[in-house]
Amino acid sequence: MNGIYAILLREVKIFFREKERIISILVSPLLFLFVIGRSIGTGANPVRDTPVEVAIKNAENIQIIEGQTKDSLQSTVVQARPISNGASPVQGYTYQQFIFPGILVMVCLFTSITYGLYIIWDKRLDFLKEVLVAPISRTSLFMGKSIGGITGAMIEVVIVLLIGYFFILPVPLWKFLLCVLWLIPVSYMVANIGLSIGARMKSMEGFGLVMSFLTWPMFFFSGALFEISGTSPVIKTISFFDPMTYAVDMVRRILLGYGNFSAYTNITAVGFFAVLTTFIGIKFFGELQQTK
Amino acid sequence: MPSLIIHTEKLSRRFDGLIAVNEISLDIPKGEVFGLLGPNGAGKTTFISMLSTLLKPTSGRAWVAGIEVSNDSLQVRKNIGIVFQEPSVDDLLTGRENLELHAMLYGMARDERKKRISEMLELVSLSARADSFVKTYSGGMRRRLEIARGLLHQPKVLFLDEPTLGLDPAARKIIWNYVKNLSETGDITIILTTHYMEEADFLCDRIGIIDHGRIVQLGSPEELKRKVGGDIVILEGTIEIEALKGLNFIKSVHAGNGKAEITVMDAADNLPVLLKHAGEIDRVEIRPVTLEDVFLKFTGHEIKNEESQDTIFERIVSVKTNK
Repeated sequence: MNGIYAILLREVKIFFREKERIISILVSPLLFLFVIGRSIGTGANPVRDTPVEVAIKNAENIQIIEGQTKDSLQSTVVQARPISNGASPVQGYTYQQFIFPGILVMVCLFTSITYGLYIIWDKRLDFLKEVLVAPISRTSLFMGKSIGGITGAMIEVVIVLLIGYFFILPVPLWKFLLCVLWLIPVSYMVANIGLSIGARMKSMEGFGLVMSFLTWPMFFFSGALFEISGTSPVIKTISFFDPMTYAVDMVRRILLGYGNFSAYTNITAVGFFAVLTTFIGIKFFGELQQTK
Repeated sequence: MPSLIIHTEKLSRRFDGLIAVNEISLDIPKGEVFGLLGPNGAGKTTFISMLSTLLKPTSGRAWVAGIEVSNDSLQVRKNIGIVFQEPSVDDLLTGRENLELHAMLYGMARDERKKRISEMLELVSLSARADSFVKTYSGGMRRRLEIARGLLHQPKVLFLDEPTLGLDPAARKIIWNYVKNLSETGDITIILTTHYMEEADFLCDRIGIIDHGRIVQLGSPEELKRKVGGDIVILEGTIEIEALKGLNFIKSVHAGNGKAEITVMDAADNLPVLLKHAGEIDRVEIRPVTLEDVFLKFTGHEIKNEESQDTIFERIVSVKTNK
């Protein structure tokens, strides 16, 4: 336990001292949010059947299947106050508002996976050896690392939620907190993935590979930028296996009041991936040896 | 074997077909300063890594402080301290924070932690800079901090892997003095690897020369020098090497570029005879055998060139990876 705490403390301290990292991770999500988010769906570039419309249609279907009335959905949609920011509001939400939950998850995903992969850097600079020869188990080391990653991710999430609050989607405090709470297991799971891959990789060159072949696909297939139920069956199938899909869906449920899956499904899916990645991570950390 | 702190039996490690450590059997008594001397890639670091549980042996067994390394690695780790070849202190933490992290990892209680940390900072003269970030430290200060860290939890064995690599002569001297003082207390066993001959000579009670994964020579610096025997005579000029080889008091000749290094028995007596047969000699120099000659004889490598190239290379690498 002491070991886990020691590692965790170190990770949190380091995170706060690398201010460039805190800022730089926010760049791509904010570009998506403010460039793509504000451009798609505007008068100059009309999208006939915007993702949001599809979303709402589908949401209606799901709601009906679940035995609720159409009216109750309609009322939630109307209740949400659209912000006029140049984009034409579509059935209650602008495209920018629609992708906001996805971007929030993106921030969580990018922060956590980068954090996890950072262990390669530790390995190269021999920082890791100091911990590897300490009398703590590899499991404690792994747990300390992955829990340590949560703090950083949550700071980024809060920053984006605040930006969202002022410019995009003012949400009540309880929704704000619920989002943060939900993203804790999500960032834990993603940090596990990063750490597991990092434990196996030998050089930082693999970093770009992971970003291209894992992180970005995880983001795109999650339905962060579009509505999953409105897309092709192939994409839908891939999305089904992407843990981020459930992460995004849940945030959308919390912030926008609708989703494709039930809260129960989302929690089960993320819980499953969190447990699975914990086991994988512990196994890979157990095999960590000096490489040279 | 109560007085042995380290005992290995045919300890070996392979990496994809390459044998880094080849059946090393070694005993090190408690309180000794033991030096592992060898060219790069000889297996020094691999050997130490196995003793410190960072690497699993492919075959053979090893005991540290009475515990078998592959059996109970956590227990072994509690009893050892390590200073790695490459810096392993955290740049973004202060010196004190680095030590605190270490103490927590080793499960030291809060009060003990505080007391030991200030003692150790004092020992390595870093008290004044304890609360600055390590990234502002010089190379020598980092090394000292690492030594303080390695000693913090009062280990029975301290491993120093190239402790003075890349340091300037003054910083090196300071590190030597710490190690020397430490060894004089007699409570701790120190295993160090180095390819600085003077370092090994100055610090070590016993030296193992390691080459191609095997210990090729073992003994005190004096014993090893005696094995080479005699003195070294350096001749410059037009040397007739074939003629020299017939002389019975000559043990070995290394020649090239109008220069010859000759290992001679009783140089004072035999020098006149030697000069008579040597050809046209412009310059003569006699010096006692050093560890370097021992090294050269038993590994066939000239360590100096390799070493200086390497140090430069490693400096470039560390500069590149720092940022």
